Amino acid sequence: MNNKSKLGLLAKQKAAGWAFLFLASAMILVMSFYPMVQALITSFKTGSSANMQWADPVIYNYKRMFQDKMFMRSVGNTFLYLIIQVPIMLILAILLAQLLNTRDLKFRGLFRTCIFLPCAVSLVSYALIFRTIFATQGLINIILTNLGIISENINWLGNTTTARIVIIVALIWRWTGYNMVFYLAGLQNIEYSVYEAAKIDGANGWKTFWYVTVPLLRPVIIMTFIMSINGTLQLFDESVNLTNGGPANTTITMSHYIYNNSFGQGVANFGYASAMSFFVFILVAILAAINLKVGDTRD
Amino acid sequence: MIKKNKSNIQRRLIPTYIFLTIVSLFSVFPLFWMITAATNQTVEVSRGKIWFGTHLVENFNNLVASTDLWKAMGNSFLYSTVQTLLAIFICSLAGYGFELYHDKGKDLLFSILLMAMMIPGVATMIPLFTMMSKLHFLNTVWGFALPGISTPFLIMMFRQNSRNFPRDILEAARIDGLSEFAIFFRMYMPVMKATYAAAAVITFMNAWNSYLWPRVVMTDNRAQTMPMLIANLAGGYTIDYGMLMMGVLFCSLPTMIIFFILQKQFTEGITGSVK
Repeated sequence: MNNKSKLGLLAKQKAAGWAFLFLASAMILVMSFYPMVQALITSFKTGSSANMQWADPVIYNYKRMFQDKMFMRSVGNTFLYLIIQVPIMLILAILLAQLLNTRDLKFRGLFRTCIFLPCAVSLVSYALIFRTIFATQGLINIILTNLGIISENINWLGNTTTARIVIIVALIWRWTGYNMVFYLAGLQNIEYSVYEAAKIDGANGWKTFWYVTVPLLRPVIIMTFIMSINGTLQLFDESVNLTNGGPANTTITMSHYIYNNSFGQGVANFGYASAMSFFVFILVAILAAINLKVGDTRD
Repeated sequence: MIKKNKSNIQRRLIPTYIFLTIVSLFSVFPLFWMITAATNQTVEVSRGKIWFGTHLVENFNNLVASTDLWKAMGNSFLYSTVQTLLAIFICSLAGYGFELYHDKGKDLLFSILLMAMMIPGVATMIPLFTMMSKLHFLNTVWGFALPGISTPFLIMMFRQNSRNFPRDILEAARIDGLSEFAIFFRMYMPVMKATYAAAAVITFMNAWNSYLWPRVVMTDNRAQTMPMLIANLAGGYTIDYGMLMMGVLFCSLPTMIIFFILQKQFTEGITGSVK
């Protein structure tokens, strides 16, 4: 009798455990995994949203994707931002975190708040601010003219190279403080005695940084790397609001191009857009896997 | 002797101070400029004025006259609040369940759910748009919030922090005859206030700032959010910079206020799942 009620209680607890997870798991299933399967199916179809048929051949959209110069350019642009911006930003973030972690440094909180502040504004907001500052009649040109560095206004956003530079500068501005916060949290877990020991062993500042700080921060570094790759591969707000993909679509990102092909002006080509978005998904998965692998083998 | 040592240390830190000051100025300047530009006319902005002007009210009136500012602010507040409340409730339930009732099956489910982190927004937006349109959720708060109320990130954050929840409380409450859900509501929720605050701050800011999904699901201008409103402001051929920056300021104000008041929670919200 007593045993029975105890068993009933355990079963109840077990059921409660699953009940706690149910809503969240069901939501992820319906809002993430199911749409992903839908996207895969749609990527083999053609036609407008209301009237879609299987493509002939079924991989038509994927074939088209690899022959689409504009899409390939958007892939190239995204990787360009990735390769240049992410390393600069992460190195700067680690350096700043290390400096802010110096003992005896005053105004630490003030510096941290200032460098972290760009995270307080939305991506659309800062994209518009940078767009205004870098306009042909904008503040940057005025400052450079007054300093005598340039004699004629530069059309920053009207020129492919400079427009890409502006996007990279803007991204570094917005995200360095964000990543710095992770490193600061990681550094706080390192005991000061580790540094003392390194000092006694005769390591200088740089050596301590490379041989003590970086290895200890490795899990955090890998995580920020994955997050940055993931974020950069999905760049959208900046491409739309800072350069609008221009000039002549030479700064457009993958997400922006996919959006233009599905919800932008003109024909909604859901099949083709789904094929391209699946390509983005595979890129994200591959790069994250490589990162985790690299992180593991160095152990 | 000690004093001399101290001033020596500070002297050696001078390059650090200089570097940090320069980086801080670079970080703050664009936002300072946004605020001053909101008080200037377009002509002044184009002339390179970086100090406060006298056209604050004029820019504000222009903004209210040419856009549906209050409607968009209200929408953004409503959407972000609903998404935040639902998200922290549903994800905390799951984080609690995964941590305190964990077994092999649940751990497997957890690692499967984590994979959703890698699914890009552009990949799901078309099927989700079709789904929301079938459910008649376009231009509604549900269309905005539903895809964002259960995220692997938040579940992980609550799971990680649930490790600090004392198991003794759970056992004691069970002996007292409290049901499993009563324990969650009466014991867990009050103890985990700090985690809820951090999760709420980060979710609200992400929801307020989101742009791609609202642009997809809000097809009607009446339903638009603040980021959409300011993006539209910058779309014309001639841009009123003073008015534009006033719009940007309105879009940034709520998140900046949260940033300054709740910076600790914000930082914890970002790094919460690292520990």
